[in-house]
Amino acid sequence: MAGDLKDGLIVIVGASLAGLRAAEALREEGFTGSLTVVGDEPHAPYDRPPLSKQVLLGQATADTLELPMRRDPDAEWRLGVRATGVDLLAKRVLLADGDSLPYDRLLIATGTRARPWPNPEEGALDGVFTLRTREDGAGLAERLAARPERVLVIGGGFTGSEIASACRELGLAVTVAERGPAPLVGALGGTLSKLAAVMQRNHGVDLRTGVTVTALNGNGAFTGAQLSDGSRVEADVCVVALGAIRNVEWLAESGLAAGPRGIACDAGCRAFTMYGIVTDDVFVAGDVSRFPHPLFGYQMLSLEHWGNAVEQAAVAAHNMVNPGPLQRPHLALPVFWSTQFGLNIKSVGVPTYSDHVVIAQGSLEARRLAMVYGYQGRVTAAVTVDMAKALDYYRHLIETAAPFPPPPGAQDRAIAADIAIPSAVPDPSVLSHGPTVALTGHLPDRRLTVV
Amino acid sequence: MVEMRTVVDLTRCQGYAQCVFLAPEVFELHGEEGLLYATAVPDDQVERVRQAAAACPVQAILLGEEVSTGGR
Ligand SMILES: Cc1cc2nc3c(=O)[nH]c(=O)nc-3n(C[C@H](O)[C@H](O)[C@H](O)COP(=O)(O)OP(=O)(O)OC[C@H]3O[C@@H](n4cnc5c(N)ncnc54)[C@H](O)[C@@H]3O)c2cc1C
Ligand code: SF4
Repeated sequence: MAGDLKDGLIVIVGASLAGLRAAEALREEGFTGSLTVVGDEPHAPYDRPPLSKQVLLGQATADTLELPMRRDPDAEWRLGVRATGVDLLAKRVLLADGDSLPYDRLLIATGTRARPWPNPEEGALDGVFTLRTREDGAGLAERLAARPERVLVIGGGFTGSEIASACRELGLAVTVAERGPAPLVGALGGTLSKLAAVMQRNHGVDLRTGVTVTALNGNGAFTGAQLSDGSRVEADVCVVALGAIRNVEWLAESGLAAGPRGIACDAGCRAFTMYGIVTDDVFVAGDVSRFPHPLFGYQMLSLEHWGNAVEQAAVAAHNMVNPGPLQRPHLALPVFWSTQFGLNIKSVGVPTYSDHVVIAQGSLEARRLAMVYGYQGRVTAAVTVDMAKALDYYRHLIETAAPFPPPPGAQDRAIAADIAIPSAVPDPSVLSHGPTVALTGHLPDRRLTVV
Repeated sequence: MVEMRTVVDLTRCQGYAQCVFLAPEVFELHGEEGLLYATAVPDDQVERVRQAAAACPVQAILLGEEVSTGGR
Protein backbone atom coordinates (compact mmCIF):
# COMPACT_ATOMS: atom_id res chain seq x y z
CA MET A 1 0.00 0.00 0.00
CA ALA A 2 2.89 2.30 0.75
CA GLY A 3 3.79 1.85 -2.89
CA ASP A 4 0.64 3.40 -4.24
CA LEU A 5 -0.42 6.55 -2.48
CA LYS A 6 -3.56 6.80 -4.64
CA ASP A 7 -4.85 3.61 -3.07
CA GLY A 8 -5.23 2.23 0.45
CA LEU A 9 -7.19 3.37 3.49
CA ILE A 10 -7.71 6.99 4.43
CA VAL A 11 -9.61 8.10 7.53
CA ILE A 12 -10.68 11.68 8.14
CA VAL A 13 -11.75 12.66 11.66
CA GLY A 14 -14.02 15.74 11.71
CA ALA A 15 -16.96 15.95 9.30
CA SER A 16 -17.25 19.67 8.76
CA LEU A 17 -15.82 22.19 6.32
CA ALA A 18 -12.19 21.00 6.29
CA GLY A 19 -13.18 17.31 6.42
CA LEU A 20 -15.60 17.56 3.51
CA ARG A 21 -13.36 19.66 1.29
CA ALA A 22 -10.43 17.33 1.94
CA ALA A 23 -12.57 14.28 1.09
CA GLU A 24 -13.62 15.86 -2.20
CA ALA A 25 -10.06 16.89 -3.01
CA LEU A 26 -8.72 13.39 -2.32
CA ARG A 27 -10.97 12.05 -5.07
CA GLU A 28 -10.04 14.92 -7.37
CA GLU A 29 -6.41 14.02 -6.79
CA GLY A 30 -7.15 10.51 -7.99
CA PHE A 31 -7.43 8.63 -4.70
CA THR A 32 -9.29 5.40 -5.48
CA GLY A 33 -8.93 3.63 -2.14
CA SER A 34 -11.34 3.45 0.77
CA LEU A 35 -12.26 6.71 2.48
CA THR A 36 -14.02 6.97 5.85
CA VAL A 37 -15.11 10.23 7.48
CA VAL A 38 -15.85 10.22 11.22
CA GLY A 39 -17.84 13.05 12.79
CA ASP A 40 -19.38 13.36 16.23
CA GLU A 41 -22.19 15.64 15.07
CA PRO A 42 -25.10 13.61 13.69
CA HIS A 43 -25.35 15.79 10.56
CA ALA A 44 -23.95 16.03 7.09
CA PRO A 45 -21.22 18.73 6.95
CA TYR A 46 -22.75 22.17 7.33
CA ASP A 47 -21.60 25.77 7.21
CA ARG A 48 -21.13 27.75 10.43
CA PRO A 49 -20.71 31.43 9.47
CA PRO A 50 -24.46 31.87 8.74
CA LEU A 51 -25.17 30.86 12.36
CA SER A 52 -24.32 34.35 13.61
CA LYS A 53 -25.75 36.10 10.55
CA GLN A 54 -28.55 34.74 8.31
CA VAL A 55 -29.85 32.30 10.93
CA LEU A 56 -30.35 34.96 13.61
CA LEU A 57 -31.85 37.37 11.07
CA GLY A 58 -34.34 34.73 9.93
CA GLN A 59 -32.93 34.54 6.39
CA ALA A 60 -31.98 30.90 6.71
CA THR A 61 -32.84 28.22 9.21
CA ALA A 62 -30.22 26.24 11.07
CA ASP A 63 -31.36 22.99 9.44
CA THR A 64 -30.64 24.23 5.90
CA LEU A 65 -26.93 24.97 6.28
CA GLU A 66 -25.54 21.77 4.75
CA LEU A 67 -22.56 22.53 2.57
CA PRO A 68 -23.13 21.87 -1.11
CA MET A 69 -20.63 19.32 -2.36
CA ARG A 70 -18.23 20.09 -5.14
CA ARG A 71 -18.23 16.43 -6.12
CA ASP A 72 -19.32 13.23 -4.44
CA PRO A 73 -16.44 12.16 -2.20
CA ASP A 74 -17.68 8.58 -2.30
CA ALA A 75 -16.90 8.08 1.37
CA GLU A 76 -18.28 6.04 4.20
CA TRP A 77 -19.68 8.46 6.78
CA ARG A 78 -19.53 7.48 10.44
CA LEU A 79 -21.61 10.27 11.92
CA GLY A 80 -22.75 10.78 15.50
CA VAL A 81 -19.71 8.92 16.79
CA ARG A 82 -16.65 10.42 18.46
CA ALA A 83 -13.10 9.43 17.83
CA THR A 84 -11.53 8.81 21.24
CA GLY A 85 -7.92 8.23 20.33
CA VAL A 86 -5.30 7.31 17.79
CA ASP A 87 -2.80 4.49 18.00
CA LEU A 88 0.06 5.77 15.86
CA LEU A 89 1.92 2.49 15.97
CA ALA A 90 -0.99 0.24 15.07
CA LYS A 91 -2.31 2.95 12.71
CA ARG A 92 -5.84 2.85 14.08
CA VAL A 93 -8.43 5.44 15.07
CA LEU A 94 -10.40 4.43 18.14
CA LEU A 95 -14.12 5.24 18.24
CA ALA A 96 -16.43 5.83 21.18
CA ASP A 97 -18.69 2.94 20.13
CA GLY A 98 -15.79 0.52 20.71
CA ASP A 99 -15.00 0.12 17.04
CA SER A 100 -11.60 1.01 15.61
CA LEU A 101 -10.67 1.99 12.08
CA PRO A 102 -7.38 1.06 10.43
CA TYR A 103 -5.72 3.68 8.25
CA ASP A 104 -2.74 4.12 5.99
CA ARG A 105 -3.06 7.89 6.22
CA LEU A 106 -5.10 9.94 8.65
CA LEU A 107 -6.41 13.50 8.43
CA ILE A 108 -7.33 15.29 11.64
CA ALA A 109 -9.90 18.06 11.13
CA THR A 110 -11.68 18.23 14.47
CA GLY A 111 -11.91 22.02 14.59
CA THR A 112 -12.92 23.92 17.67
CA ARG A 113 -15.88 24.26 20.01
CA ALA A 114 -17.29 27.24 21.86
CA ARG A 115 -15.60 28.12 25.13
CA PRO A 116 -18.31 27.51 27.73
CA TRP A 117 -19.18 29.80 30.63
CA PRO A 118 -16.67 28.85 33.36
CA ASN A 119 -19.36 28.16 35.97
CA PRO A 120 -21.27 25.11 34.66
CA GLU A 121 -24.30 25.67 36.88
CA GLU A 122 -24.72 29.24 35.70
CA GLY A 123 -23.99 28.18 32.14
CA ALA A 124 -26.82 25.66 32.32
CA LEU A 125 -29.45 28.30 33.14
CA ASP A 126 -32.27 28.36 30.62
CA GLY A 127 -31.61 31.23 28.21
CA VAL A 128 -27.81 30.99 28.31
CA PHE A 129 -26.25 30.07 24.95
CA THR A 130 -22.98 29.55 23.15
CA LEU A 131 -22.89 29.59 19.35
CA ARG A 132 -20.99 26.95 17.41
CA THR A 133 -23.39 24.23 16.27
CA ARG A 134 -26.63 24.23 14.35
CA GLU A 135 -28.47 23.24 17.53
CA ASP A 136 -27.02 26.34 19.20
CA GLY A 137 -28.11 28.45 16.24
CA ALA A 138 -31.64 27.03 16.14
CA GLY A 139 -32.07 27.55 19.88
CA LEU A 140 -30.80 31.10 19.89
CA ALA A 141 -32.77 32.10 16.78
CA GLU A 142 -35.95 30.76 18.41
CA ARG A 143 -35.28 32.78 21.57
CA LEU A 144 -34.60 35.96 19.63
CA ALA A 145 -37.76 35.45 17.58
CA ALA A 146 -39.71 35.36 20.86
CA ARG A 147 -38.54 38.94 21.40
CA PRO A 148 -36.71 38.99 24.73
CA GLU A 149 -36.53 42.25 26.72
CA ARG A 150 -32.76 42.36 26.52
CA VAL A 151 -29.92 40.15 25.29
CA LEU A 152 -26.55 40.11 27.05
CA VAL A 153 -23.58 39.20 24.87
CA ILE A 154 -20.41 38.35 26.78
CA GLY A 155 -17.35 38.95 24.63
CA GLY A 156 -16.81 41.54 21.91
CA GLY A 157 -14.96 39.46 19.34
CA PHE A 158 -16.28 38.83 15.82
CA THR A 159 -18.96 36.35 16.85
CA GLY A 160 -20.17 38.45 19.78
CA SER A 161 -20.26 41.58 17.65
CA GLU A 162 -22.17 39.85 14.86
CA ILE A 163 -24.72 38.55 17.36
CA ALA A 164 -25.14 42.06 18.79
CA SER A 165 -25.57 43.42 15.27
CA ALA A 166 -28.28 40.86 14.51
CA CYS A 167 -30.09 41.71 17.76
CA ARG A 168 -30.15 45.42 16.87
CA GLU A 169 -31.38 44.63 13.40
CA LEU A 170 -34.21 42.65 14.97
CA GLY A 171 -34.96 45.66 17.14
CA LEU A 172 -33.89 43.94 20.36
CA ALA A 173 -32.12 45.68 23.23
CA VAL A 174 -28.62 44.30 23.64
CA THR A 175 -25.72 44.78 26.05
CA VAL A 176 -22.19 43.74 25.09
CA ALA A 177 -19.72 43.19 27.93
CA GLU A 178 -16.04 43.07 26.98
CA ARG A 179 -13.05 42.90 29.30
CA GLY A 180 -10.73 44.67 26.84
CA PRO A 181 -10.87 48.36 25.92
CA ALA A 182 -13.06 47.90 22.80
CA PRO A 183 -14.70 45.27 20.59
CA LEU A 184 -12.53 43.48 18.00
CA VAL A 185 -9.37 44.94 19.54
CA GLY A 186 -7.77 41.51 19.80
CA ALA A 187 -8.06 40.93 16.07
CA LEU A 188 -7.75 44.43 14.59
CA GLY A 189 -5.76 46.49 17.11
CA GLY A 190 -6.49 49.88 18.65
CA THR A 191 -7.63 52.19 15.82
CA LEU A 192 -10.21 49.97 14.14
CA SER A 193 -11.50 48.77 17.49
CA LYS A 194 -12.46 52.37 18.24
CA LEU A 195 -14.46 52.45 15.01
CA ALA A 196 -16.09 49.17 16.05
CA ALA A 197 -17.05 50.71 19.40
CA VAL A 198 -18.55 53.78 17.71
CA MET A 199 -20.50 51.60 15.29
CA GLN A 200 -21.94 49.54 18.13
CA ARG A 201 -22.99 52.60 20.11
CA ASN A 202 -24.41 54.35 17.03
CA HIS A 203 -26.54 51.31 16.42
CA GLY A 204 -27.88 51.42 19.95
CA VAL A 205 -25.78 48.71 21.58
CA ASP A 206 -25.24 49.21 25.30
CA LEU A 207 -21.49 48.57 25.12
CA ARG A 208 -19.62 48.03 28.40
CA THR A 209 -15.87 47.77 28.05
CA GLY A 210 -13.18 47.20 30.64
CA VAL A 211 -15.57 45.07 32.67
CA THR A 212 -15.96 41.39 33.29
CA VAL A 213 -19.14 39.50 33.99
CA THR A 214 -18.70 37.99 37.42
CA ALA A 215 -21.89 35.96 37.75
CA LEU A 216 -24.95 34.88 35.79
CA ASN A 217 -28.09 35.00 37.89
CA GLY A 218 -31.37 33.16 37.69
CA ASN A 219 -33.38 30.47 39.31
CA GLY A 220 -33.64 27.90 36.55
CA ALA A 221 -33.96 30.63 33.94
CA PHE A 222 -31.43 33.38 33.28
CA THR A 223 -32.54 36.77 34.58
CA GLY A 224 -29.42 38.93 34.50
CA ALA A 225 -25.75 39.22 35.26
CA GLN A 226 -23.40 40.86 37.70
CA LEU A 227 -20.54 42.96 36.34
CA SER A 228 -17.15 43.65 37.92
CA ASP A 229 -17.92 47.40 38.18
CA GLY A 230 -20.73 46.57 40.59
CA SER A 231 -23.53 47.10 38.10
CA ARG A 232 -26.13 44.55 37.07
CA VAL A 233 -27.61 43.86 33.64
CA GLU A 234 -31.18 42.61 33.56
CA ALA A 235 -31.63 40.37 30.54
CA ASP A 236 -33.49 37.22 29.62
CA VAL A 237 -31.08 35.83 27.05
CA CYS A 238 -27.31 35.57 27.41
CA VAL A 239 -24.85 34.58 24.72
CA VAL A 240 -21.42 33.53 25.92
CA ALA A 241 -19.02 34.47 23.09
CA LEU A 242 -15.67 33.92 24.77
CA GLY A 243 -13.87 32.38 21.82
CA ALA A 244 -13.05 28.81 20.92
CA ILE A 245 -11.36 25.75 22.36
CA ARG A 246 -9.49 23.38 20.06
CA ASN A 247 -10.85 19.84 19.93
CA VAL A 248 -7.61 18.08 20.84
CA GLU A 249 -8.43 16.27 24.09
CA TRP A 250 -9.08 13.02 22.26
CA LEU A 251 -5.41 13.07 21.20
CA ALA A 252 -4.01 13.49 24.71
CA GLU A 253 -2.50 10.01 24.79
CA SER A 254 -1.62 9.84 21.12
CA GLY A 255 1.91 11.22 21.25
CA LEU A 256 1.03 13.93 18.74
CA ALA A 257 1.94 17.60 19.38
CA ALA A 258 -1.64 18.42 20.38
CA GLY A 259 -2.18 21.23 22.88
CA PRO A 260 -4.56 24.08 23.69
CA ARG A 261 -3.44 26.01 20.63
CA GLY A 262 -4.02 23.16 18.25
CA ILE A 263 -2.09 20.36 16.66
CA ALA A 264 1.29 21.47 15.36
CA CYS A 265 2.02 20.54 11.78
CA ASP A 266 4.56 21.52 9.14
CA ALA A 267 3.87 23.67 6.09
CA GLY A 268 2.84 20.49 4.29
CA CYS A 269 0.10 19.81 6.90
CA ARG A 270 1.98 16.82 8.35
CA ALA A 271 1.48 16.52 12.10
CA PHE A 272 4.36 16.69 14.54
CA THR A 273 4.76 14.24 17.35
CA MET A 274 5.23 15.64 20.84
CA TYR A 275 8.96 15.34 20.27
CA GLY A 276 8.81 17.70 17.32
CA ILE A 277 9.37 14.93 14.80
CA VAL A 278 7.23 15.17 11.73
CA THR A 279 5.00 12.21 10.84
CA ASP A 280 4.37 11.16 7.28
CA ASP A 281 0.99 9.51 7.70
CA VAL A 282 -0.92 11.92 9.95
CA PHE A 283 -2.11 15.23 8.48
CA VAL A 284 -3.97 18.18 9.97
CA ALA A 285 -6.25 20.84 8.46
CA GLY A 286 -8.64 23.59 9.52
CA ASP A 287 -9.26 25.33 12.83
CA VAL A 288 -7.56 22.61 14.86
CA SER A 289 -4.20 23.07 13.13
CA ARG A 290 -1.23 25.18 14.00
CA PHE A 291 1.29 25.71 11.23
CA PRO A 292 4.39 27.79 10.43
CA HIS A 293 4.14 30.60 7.91
CA PRO A 294 7.25 32.01 6.21
CA LEU A 295 5.71 35.47 5.72
CA PHE A 296 5.25 35.83 9.45
CA GLY A 297 8.67 34.85 10.70
CA TYR A 298 7.78 31.14 10.61
CA GLN A 299 5.62 31.72 13.65
CA MET A 300 3.06 29.01 14.22
CA LEU A 301 -0.40 30.35 13.24
CA SER A 302 -3.68 29.15 14.70
CA LEU A 303 -6.54 30.45 12.56
CA GLU A 304 -10.28 30.27 12.98
CA HIS A 305 -10.94 31.18 9.38
CA TRP A 306 -13.31 29.59 6.92
CA GLY A 307 -10.97 30.26 4.01
CA ASN A 308 -8.03 28.65 5.77
CA ALA A 309 -10.00 25.45 6.38
CA VAL A 310 -10.76 25.25 2.66
CA GLU A 311 -7.21 26.00 1.49
CA GLN A 312 -5.46 23.83 4.02
CA ALA A 313 -7.80 20.90 3.36
CA ALA A 314 -6.86 21.05 -0.32
CA VAL A 315 -3.14 21.09 0.44
CA ALA A 316 -3.43 18.29 3.00
CA ALA A 317 -5.39 16.13 0.56
CA HIS A 318 -2.84 16.73 -2.18
CA ASN A 319 0.05 15.82 0.09
CA MET A 320 -1.70 12.70 1.37
CA VAL A 321 -1.68 11.15 -2.07
CA ASN A 322 1.56 12.49 -3.52
CA PRO A 323 5.19 11.62 -2.76
CA GLY A 324 7.48 14.12 -1.03
CA PRO A 325 8.97 15.94 -4.00
CA LEU A 326 5.48 16.56 -5.42
CA GLN A 327 4.01 17.81 -2.14
CA ARG A 328 2.89 21.44 -1.77
CA PRO A 329 3.28 23.90 1.09
CA HIS A 330 0.28 25.62 2.64
CA LEU A 331 1.31 29.23 2.13
CA ALA A 332 -2.06 30.87 1.56
CA LEU A 333 -2.39 34.21 3.29
CA PRO A 334 -4.94 34.24 6.09
CA VAL A 335 -8.16 35.94 4.91
CA PHE A 336 -11.18 36.67 7.05
CA TRP A 337 -14.49 38.46 6.62
CA SER A 338 -17.23 39.63 8.95
CA THR A 339 -20.45 41.49 8.27
CA GLN A 340 -21.80 43.53 11.14
CA PHE A 341 -23.69 46.77 11.66
CA GLY A 342 -24.05 47.13 7.91
CA LEU A 343 -20.28 47.06 7.38
CA ASN A 344 -18.25 44.51 5.48
CA ILE A 345 -14.96 43.97 7.29
CA LYS A 346 -12.30 41.93 5.52
CA SER A 347 -8.79 41.20 6.54
CA VAL A 348 -5.78 39.68 4.80
CA GLY A 349 -2.51 38.74 6.45
CA VAL A 350 -2.04 38.78 10.21
CA PRO A 351 -3.08 42.14 11.70
CA THR A 352 -1.77 41.16 15.13
CA TYR A 353 1.70 40.68 13.60
CA SER A 354 2.26 44.43 13.49
CA ASP A 355 3.73 47.38 15.29
CA HIS A 356 2.27 50.24 13.22
CA VAL A 357 -0.69 50.98 10.96
CA VAL A 358 -1.62 53.58 8.37
CA ILE A 359 -4.97 54.42 6.86
CA ALA A 360 -4.01 54.03 3.21
CA GLN A 361 -7.38 54.71 1.61
CA GLY A 362 -10.63 56.23 2.85
CA SER A 363 -11.11 57.42 6.41
CA LEU A 364 -12.61 56.47 9.75
CA GLU A 365 -15.17 59.28 9.34
CA ALA A 366 -16.34 57.89 6.00
CA ARG A 367 -16.63 54.41 7.57
CA ARG A 368 -14.94 53.21 4.43
CA LEU A 369 -11.23 52.58 4.52
CA ALA A 370 -8.25 50.38 3.96
CA MET A 371 -5.92 50.09 6.91
CA VAL A 372 -2.47 48.68 6.31
CA TYR A 373 -0.48 46.99 9.08
CA GLY A 374 3.29 46.89 9.20
CA TYR A 375 5.87 45.08 11.25
CA GLN A 376 9.47 46.24 11.38
CA GLY A 377 9.15 48.20 8.18
CA ARG A 378 7.24 45.79 6.01
CA VAL A 379 3.58 45.22 5.20
CA THR A 380 2.07 42.27 7.08
CA ALA A 381 -1.69 42.77 6.90
CA ALA A 382 -4.54 44.91 5.64
CA VAL A 383 -8.10 45.36 6.78
CA THR A 384 -10.78 46.93 4.61
CA VAL A 385 -14.09 48.29 5.73
CA ASP A 386 -16.54 48.41 2.80
CA MET A 387 -13.59 48.40 0.39
CA ALA A 388 -13.25 44.71 -0.43
CA LYS A 389 -12.11 45.37 -3.98
CA ALA A 390 -8.94 47.02 -2.65
CA LEU A 391 -7.90 43.92 -0.72
CA ASP A 392 -6.14 42.15 -3.61
CA TYR A 393 -3.72 45.03 -4.00
CA TYR A 394 -2.70 44.80 -0.36
CA ARG A 395 -2.52 41.03 -0.53
CA HIS A 396 0.11 41.50 -3.21
CA LEU A 397 2.05 43.90 -0.97
CA ILE A 398 2.06 41.36 1.86
CA GLU A 399 3.11 38.50 -0.40
CA THR A 400 6.03 40.53 -1.71
CA ALA A 401 7.02 41.80 1.76
CA ALA A 402 6.62 45.37 0.48
CA PRO A 403 8.04 48.20 2.62
CA PHE A 404 5.82 49.82 5.23
CA PRO A 405 4.31 52.43 5.01
CA PRO A 406 3.24 51.15 1.59
CA PRO A 407 4.30 53.04 -1.51
CA PRO A 408 1.68 55.08 -3.36
CA GLY A 409 -0.33 52.74 -5.55
CA ALA A 410 -3.99 53.28 -4.94
CA GLN A 411 -5.54 56.16 -6.85
CA ASP A 412 -7.51 57.41 -3.90
CA ARG A 413 -4.61 57.53 -1.50
CA ALA A 414 -5.62 58.95 1.84
CA ILE A 415 -4.03 62.04 3.37
CA ALA A 416 -3.16 59.92 6.39
CA ALA A 417 -1.33 57.34 4.29
CA ASP A 418 2.10 58.37 5.55
CA ILE A 419 1.18 58.83 9.18
CA ALA A 420 2.04 55.60 10.90
CA ILE A 421 0.48 55.12 14.31
CA PRO A 422 1.06 52.28 16.78
CA SER A 423 -1.11 49.29 15.96
CA ALA A 424 -1.91 48.83 19.65
CA VAL A 425 -2.55 45.12 19.63
CA PRO A 426 -3.14 44.13 23.24
CA ASP A 427 -2.05 41.01 25.04
CA PRO A 428 -4.90 38.55 24.34
CA SER A 429 -5.02 37.51 27.98
CA VAL A 430 -6.68 40.80 28.96
CA LEU A 431 -9.61 40.26 26.55
CA SER A 432 -12.89 38.42 26.79
CA HIS A 433 -12.60 37.45 23.16
CA GLY A 434 -9.69 35.63 21.59
CA PRO A 435 -8.19 36.89 18.35
CA THR A 436 -9.25 34.67 15.46
CA VAL A 437 -5.62 34.65 14.33
CA ALA A 438 -3.18 33.71 17.05
CA LEU A 439 0.57 33.80 16.80
CA THR A 440 1.63 30.93 18.91
CA GLY A 441 5.40 31.14 18.70
CA HIS A 442 7.77 28.25 18.40
CA LEU A 443 7.21 26.90 21.87
CA PRO A 444 5.70 23.44 22.16
CA ASP A 445 2.57 23.24 24.24
CA ARG A 446 3.76 20.24 26.11
CA ARG A 447 7.01 19.63 27.87
CA LEU A 448 9.13 16.83 26.60
CA THR A 449 9.29 13.84 28.85
CA VAL A 450 12.39 11.72 28.81
CA VAL A 451 11.83 8.48 26.98
CA MET B 1 -35.65 16.04 -5.98
CA VAL B 2 -33.41 17.08 -3.13
CA GLU B 3 -33.42 20.73 -2.26
CA MET B 4 -30.26 22.45 -3.43
CA ARG B 5 -27.85 24.31 -1.15
CA THR B 6 -25.65 27.24 -1.86
CA VAL B 7 -22.60 28.66 -0.17
CA VAL B 8 -20.63 31.76 -1.08
CA ASP B 9 -16.90 31.93 -0.49
CA LEU B 10 -16.97 35.34 1.15
CA THR B 11 -13.22 35.47 1.43
CA ARG B 12 -13.26 35.80 -2.37
CA CYS B 13 -16.50 37.76 -2.89
CA GLN B 14 -15.79 41.38 -3.72
CA GLY B 15 -19.34 42.60 -3.54
CA TYR B 16 -19.81 42.96 -7.30
CA ALA B 17 -23.50 42.13 -6.73
CA GLN B 18 -24.08 40.39 -10.06
CA CYS B 19 -25.68 37.61 -8.04
CA VAL B 20 -28.03 40.08 -6.40
CA PHE B 21 -29.32 41.22 -9.78
CA LEU B 22 -29.65 37.71 -11.14
CA ALA B 23 -31.25 36.04 -8.11
CA PRO B 24 -32.57 38.73 -5.76
CA GLU B 25 -34.66 36.24 -3.81
CA VAL B 26 -31.53 34.35 -2.77
CA PHE B 27 -28.77 36.98 -2.58
CA GLU B 28 -29.03 40.30 -0.81
CA LEU B 29 -26.56 43.06 -0.11
CA HIS B 30 -26.46 44.18 3.45
CA GLY B 31 -25.12 47.70 3.58
CA GLU B 32 -22.68 48.67 0.85
CA GLU B 33 -21.07 45.32 0.16
CA GLY B 34 -21.86 42.72 2.82
CA LEU B 35 -23.46 39.77 1.06
CA LEU B 36 -26.09 37.67 2.82
CA TYR B 37 -27.82 34.78 1.13
CA ALA B 38 -30.39 32.06 1.68
CA THR B 39 -28.60 28.74 2.09
CA ALA B 40 -31.57 26.66 0.86
CA VAL B 41 -32.34 27.25 -2.81
CA PRO B 42 -35.98 26.60 -3.69
CA ASP B 43 -36.50 24.63 -6.92
CA ASP B 44 -37.81 27.64 -8.82
CA GLN B 45 -34.63 29.59 -8.00
CA VAL B 46 -32.09 26.95 -8.98
CA GLU B 47 -31.71 28.18 -12.55
CA ARG B 48 -31.21 31.77 -11.41
CA VAL B 49 -28.60 30.77 -8.86
CA ARG B 50 -26.85 28.73 -11.53
CA GLN B 51 -26.69 31.86 -13.68
CA ALA B 52 -25.45 33.89 -10.73
CA ALA B 53 -22.71 31.33 -10.07
CA ALA B 54 -21.63 31.53 -13.71
CA ALA B 55 -21.70 35.33 -13.71
CA CYS B 56 -19.81 35.89 -10.46
CA PRO B 57 -16.52 37.48 -11.51
CA VAL B 58 -14.55 35.76 -8.76
CA GLN B 59 -16.31 32.37 -8.95
CA ALA B 60 -17.32 32.56 -5.32
CA ILE B 61 -20.73 30.87 -5.54
CA LEU B 62 -21.14 27.14 -5.18
CA LEU B 63 -24.50 25.47 -5.83
CA GLY B 64 -24.97 21.80 -5.17
CA GLU B 65 -26.54 19.02 -3.22
CA GLU B 66 -25.63 18.26 0.34
CA VAL B 67 -23.43 15.25 0.70
CA SER B 68 -25.31 12.00 0.94
CA THR B 69 -24.09 10.37 4.10
CA GLY B 70 -25.97 7.13 3.57
CA GLY B 71 -28.73 5.42 5.51
CA ARG B 72 -29.83 8.39 7.66
C1 LIG C 1 -20.98 31.49 14.62
C2 LIG C 1 -19.76 31.39 13.75
C3 LIG C 1 -19.50 32.39 12.80
C4 LIG C 1 -18.38 32.33 11.99
N1 LIG C 1 -18.18 33.33 11.09
C5 LIG C 1 -17.06 33.30 10.31
C6 LIG C 1 -16.82 34.36 9.39
O1 LIG C 1 -17.60 35.31 9.26
N2 LIG C 1 -15.68 34.31 8.64
C7 LIG C 1 -14.77 33.27 8.75
O2 LIG C 1 -13.74 33.28 8.06
N3 LIG C 1 -14.99 32.25 9.63
C8 LIG C 1 -16.11 32.25 10.40
N4 LIG C 1 -16.33 31.23 11.29
C9 LIG C 1 -15.31 30.16 11.43
C10 LIG C 1 -15.51 28.97 10.48
O3 LIG C 1 -16.81 28.48 10.59
C11 LIG C 1 -14.50 27.91 10.84
O4 LIG C 1 -13.23 28.42 10.50
C12 LIG C 1 -14.72 26.57 10.13
O5 LIG C 1 -15.93 25.99 10.55
C13 LIG C 1 -13.57 25.62 10.40
O6 LIG C 1 -13.85 24.37 9.86
P1 LIG C 1 -13.18 23.05 10.43
O7 LIG C 1 -13.71 21.95 9.55
O8 LIG C 1 -11.73 23.22 10.56
O9 LIG C 1 -13.70 22.87 11.92
P2 LIG C 1 -15.17 22.75 12.52
O10 LIG C 1 -16.15 23.43 11.66
O11 LIG C 1 -15.06 23.16 13.94
O12 LIG C 1 -15.49 21.19 12.44
C14 LIG C 1 -14.88 20.21 13.23
C15 LIG C 1 -15.83 19.02 13.31
O13 LIG C 1 -15.18 17.93 13.96
C16 LIG C 1 -16.04 17.39 14.94
N5 LIG C 1 -15.24 16.71 15.98
C17 LIG C 1 -14.53 17.30 16.98
N6 LIG C 1 -13.92 16.37 17.75
C18 LIG C 1 -14.26 15.17 17.21
C19 LIG C 1 -13.94 13.82 17.56
N7 LIG C 1 -13.13 13.51 18.60
N8 LIG C 1 -14.48 12.81 16.81
C20 LIG C 1 -15.29 13.11 15.76
N9 LIG C 1 -15.61 14.36 15.37
C21 LIG C 1 -15.11 15.38 16.09
C22 LIG C 1 -16.79 18.59 15.45
O14 LIG C 1 -17.97 18.25 16.14
C23 LIG C 1 -17.07 19.33 14.13
O15 LIG C 1 -18.20 18.82 13.50
C24 LIG C 1 -17.46 31.24 12.11
C25 LIG C 1 -17.72 30.24 13.06
C26 LIG C 1 -18.85 30.30 13.86
C27 LIG C 1 -19.10 29.22 14.87
S1 SF4 D 1 -21.46 38.09 -7.79
FE1 SF4 D 1 -19.82 37.06 -6.67
S2 SF4 D 1 -18.47 38.72 -6.01
FE2 SF4 D 1 -20.40 39.62 -6.59
S3 SF4 D 1 -21.55 39.78 -4.69
FE3 SF4 D 1 -22.15 37.90 -5.68
S4 SF4 D 1 -20.81 36.39 -4.80
FE4 SF4 D 1 -19.89 38.36 -4.38
